[in-house]
Amino acid sequence: MAQKLEFRVNGRTVRIELDPQRALLGVLRGPLALTGTKYGCGEGLCGACTVLLDGQAVRSCMTPLAAVDGKDVLTIEGLSRDGKLDALQEAFVEHGGLQCGYCTSGMILTATALLRATPHPSRDAIRQALERNLCRCAAHQRILDAVLGASGAGVRP
Amino acid sequence: MSTPTQVSRREFIGMAGGGIVVLVGFSALDGIAQERRFSYPTDPNAYLVIGDDGRITVLTGKIEMGQGVVTSLAQMAAEELGVDLATIDMVMGDTDRCPWDMGTFGSLTTRMFGPALRAAAAEARAILVSLAAVRLGVAKRRLTVRSGSVSVIGEPVRSVTYAQLARGKGLRKVVDARAVLRNAAQFRIMSHSAQRLDGREKVTGEARYAADIRLPGMLYARILRPPAHGAKLVHLDTFAAEAMKGVIVIHKEDLVAVLHEDELAADQARAKLSAQWSSVPPQPDTESIFEHLVSATQALHEVAAQGDLSSGRRQAERIFQMEYRKGYVAHAPLEPHAALAQVSATGATVWASTQTPFPTRDRIAKVLGFEPKHVRVITPFLGGGFGGKSADRQALEAARLAATCGRPVQVAWDRREEFFYDRFDPAAVVKLVSGLDREGHIVLWDYSVYGTGERGAIHLYQVPNLAIRTGVAPVYGDAAQSPGLHPFEVGPWRAPGANMNVFAIESQMDLMAAAAGVDPVTFRLRHLKDRRMRKVLQTAVASFRWRPAVGPSGRGIGLACSTDAGSYVASVGEISVERSSGRVSVSRVVCAEDLGLVVNPEGARMQIEGATTMGIGYTLTEEVRFRGGEILDHSFASYQIPTFSAAPRVEAVLVPHQDLPAQGGGEPPITTVGAMVANAIFDSTGARLSRLPMTPERIVAALAKSAAPARGAG
Ligand code: FES
Ligand code: FES
Repeated sequence: MAQKLEFRVNGRTVRIELDPQRALLGVLRGPLALTGTKYGCGEGLCGACTVLLDGQAVRSCMTPLAAVDGKDVLTIEGLSRDGKLDALQEAFVEHGGLQCGYCTSGMILTATALLRATPHPSRDAIRQALERNLCRCAAHQRILDAVLGASGAGVRP
Repeated sequence: MSTPTQVSRREFIGMAGGGIVVLVGFSALDGIAQERRFSYPTDPNAYLVIGDDGRITVLTGKIEMGQGVVTSLAQMAAEELGVDLATIDMVMGDTDRCPWDMGTFGSLTTRMFGPALRAAAAEARAILVSLAAVRLGVAKRRLTVRSGSVSVIGEPVRSVTYAQLARGKGLRKVVDARAVLRNAAQFRIMSHSAQRLDGREKVTGEARYAADIRLPGMLYARILRPPAHGAKLVHLDTFAAEAMKGVIVIHKEDLVAVLHEDELAADQARAKLSAQWSSVPPQPDTESIFEHLVSATQALHEVAAQGDLSSGRRQAERIFQMEYRKGYVAHAPLEPHAALAQVSATGATVWASTQTPFPTRDRIAKVLGFEPKHVRVITPFLGGGFGGKSADRQALEAARLAATCGRPVQVAWDRREEFFYDRFDPAAVVKLVSGLDREGHIVLWDYSVYGTGERGAIHLYQVPNLAIRTGVAPVYGDAAQSPGLHPFEVGPWRAPGANMNVFAIESQMDLMAAAAGVDPVTFRLRHLKDRRMRKVLQTAVASFRWRPAVGPSGRGIGLACSTDAGSYVASVGEISVERSSGRVSVSRVVCAEDLGLVVNPEGARMQIEGATTMGIGYTLTEEVRFRGGEILDHSFASYQIPTFSAAPRVEAVLVPHQDLPAQGGGEPPITTVGAMVANAIFDSTGARLSRLPMTPERIVAALAKSAAPARGAG
């Protein structure tokens, strides 16, 4: 049954009345029109839908609204400020850490969570953090390069 | 010639507010078209628009699916026009605005469309220089172009910009695309690495894919799917779904769908449909398919022959008889198929994730009963394609539903549907008998491939007695041309057919090298006259720092070569095998490719890296399991594509060949991966794997078998 929920997305307060069992992904892409977060599998296996929930990387396809209530959501649209890319976004462009770009939002947000917790991760630690994010174009090595390149560059808290 | 309406539709953007539109008469391109066996229409098509503001719009029917042509095509136009890359805007895959195009596949974009685009841009530059000559009152030969500005040589202050020349012009110019192109030594933009033009929008989430397009009043559709290919609907009850608020149920011929303004509600409504399906025979399955492919193949066609096989057999001191196998492989793009269709009484507009916008437009037109010119297909970015987005079932579904309900309809497949309707890379079998004479020269090559096409089957090795045959229609292994062969649709998959053929050929070469007691590089070079192939192979082994050794050397190093899409490629890789579990990890790969003229070196390297790592999937883990028409793998849980831990360090080496026109880049480097890894496993363990994928279980089994003497060959 629908319930009143309140949370913040990219710093803006959202008040909606929806079934708290609904997955966050569909709410982002539907009513909130934030289509930068992607659907890849709907079962938690690809990472394309990754967003940050109170700073933690979560799979929005598996995250019910009930778990979002009262919390902060950060999506890919909330990363750049005043048109300026953040360090990870810059690094993905610079290192060519993307091809089709469909996995990119999820990769960048997963890496954001990693760099906030571990500002100078090893290549192996990055690999491990991204292991469950799939990239069919196989841009893996440049994604690793990009995250390594952005590490220590001051990812915004 | 085209009708005036068609031209004006194509031009409407360019002509608004002046500017210069450059159209290309296609007769100029006939040579290219015929060579590729495709035909181009003869009406002129707009390629370029030089806007009032000096910005250049490049119009192309090609699409961007990650392969990077949005950047390389822009580089070509910028180079020939003499403008900066940043002034180029790309419009891709919009059937109303872009010149007709067959589709984006076969690594043909740079090879086939590239020269035409460059010629159009070169002609445009000539037009602009002529206009400038009049404006500045000097002869054309006294003018030079730089960054979109034409100036008098030696008097840089006397100049005029493209923007000034184009302003208020409303000029429409048909050119013949025969212009002299700039040569490699003159390049300022081509052959220099450029960052992806689509990078920024892809890291900010602004890039739009088909499922991201929204229209007012649109409905989300969920379609009833059969449990197996070939199953027929025998009973349907839509009562419970219809009882849901806001649900529209459509049942039209074979299409049963529920639609709702809210995507989740559409999901729930589909779950309430109750359907019964006819059962389909569970044959063949994942294991029995190989015998089926051989027995169901009615005839073999010879694609190459030389000498006499029976004399080859007589000359041979040792005969090697092998059967190679490969299962079905899914494209599994991270973006599932999606489309949004809006249909009115007079026409339709469909946004679709498709590699073939024009053929899709024609199919939609046919289904809806419109003329093609009244249907517009717009292609946003594709989240991967790899050959899998060229049938466009989802676009037809969306169009039919939108036509029926009168509102815009989105069809976005879920992952299960994506696996179910994937037109897989076909399972295939190669039967191969080869022979070595006393000196270790190949004297016999008797090769037949079943289930897939001939691409990659013809190799460059010198063999006096040879026959190469294929059981299905060439190139794509089109199921429609071989009815009953495959239990579901198959289609082009990155370098279609070549992955199987190169696996077989290069495994056999390796096996014979070991039997002859010769280092595998030396063995190949001994049989190679082709200078390009020799150079590519030598470049790869030098970059790898290959040290000659007869296999199995215990080191776990393997190599493979191939020619594909006009390019030459050699891959050398290092692996390790965990004997107890059969797990293989590929740590390092050097891949050298000669792809002719390289437009964007960094882009080409990305394609090599991506193809190599993607290839690890069909090599080690990817195989679609099935029982008759029932697809058993429908999730990334059981169908494993390469992850970060599976991705090797790939060193891409571009072998310079700037005086050869650009060849295919994105497909060739995937063709060598299977054999390279199989050969490395052999080098490490002495076990020869002849079936892809080489899963841990199969490796453990092969290790057990190789412990016993005298197997495989002989
Ligand atoms: S869509 Fe959420 S993990 Fe794949
Ligand atoms: S860039 Fe295409 S899936 Fe990662």
